[in-house]
Amino acid sequence: MHELPVTEGILRIAIEHAQKAGASRITDIHLVIGDLAGFVDDSIQFYFDILTPGTLAEGAKLHFHRVATRLRCWECGHEFSPQERDWTCPQCGATGGEVLAGKEFYVESIEIE
Amino acid sequence: MERKQIPVVERILSANDRVAADNRARLQGHGITTVNIMSSPGAGKTTLLLATIRALGGTCRIGVIEGDVASQVDADKIAQAGVPVVQINTGGGCHLDATMVQQALEALPLDEIQLLFIENVGNLICPAGFDLGQDYNVALLSVPEGHDKPYKYPGMFEFVDLVLATKTDLMPYMDFDLAEFRRLVQGLNPRAPVIPLSARTGEGMEAWLEWLRAAVKGK
Repeated sequence: MHELPVTEGILRIAIEHAQKAGASRITDIHLVIGDLAGFVDDSIQFYFDILTPGTLAEGAKLHFHRVATRLRCWECGHEFSPQERDWTCPQCGATGGEVLAGKEFYVESIEIE
Repeated sequence: MERKQIPVVERILSANDRVAADNRARLQGHGITTVNIMSSPGAGKTTLLLATIRALGGTCRIGVIEGDVASQVDADKIAQAGVPVVQINTGGGCHLDATMVQQALEALPLDEIQLLFIENVGNLICPAGFDLGQDYNVALLSVPEGHDKPYKYPGMFEFVDLVLATKTDLMPYMDFDLAEFRRLVQGLNPRAPVIPLSARTGEGMEAWLEWLRAAVKGK
């Protein structure tokens, strides 16, 4: 359910930029999704296939570029990628940190003809 | 046909985020503290709000936005408690978004409200992903749901400002390990305090009310 409005957002962004560039069709859409963003590739693909017929993006290929979570420890400043959801700093053993990467969720580029 | 690549770099939720920023500016302009309440269905959000209105209603002007997939039952209960309330029905949607809240704000007497609760749709997944324009996020997890939920639904616990363990009156009948729950929440989000409470018996309510008073004052 959640991915439907999100996929509509992706399509809106891609079509706006394609129209601005005078494209006749969109062949590829590159998405960047952080592991903390909470969006499922397969589900976005599912809604994309339903929404695109008859639009500039019909038949376009979605590319998902995943970004791993990266934290900066609040205690010692060490930067680390947590294993699963255990946010324990491997250097000092404190929990949690500032999120440096992992929440990304954007359209990086499109390819058009 | 010539093929070319166009850089875009546009946040997919940018449309929602723009409306959320408008909501935030509007609410702050009225001096309103806004708290987004999230949990699974049945964790006790409405019961907590009713108890909160009873406890604070005399000292703080409260308003409520009720989000549900369907029905008006929660809004009716809140209205009976004597505070302004708007019901949003998402018609199948699993979370509130900023536009729904924007519309709800039109129907509320904003000049008469100091503390606005947004009761999100009961769901431990999607509500965490959408900014509404709130100041604070609060997650409820009820004792019958089990202490392991932060690991199963991390998105809900990672970035909230406060976690309430609700229905603590059921502790004697459940295998809910409060210390383990605290440890799991802390592992994801060491900045969010965990307050155990029962809106039914009143146990632990004072700590929640204290947090709310500080949130309103801190604005």
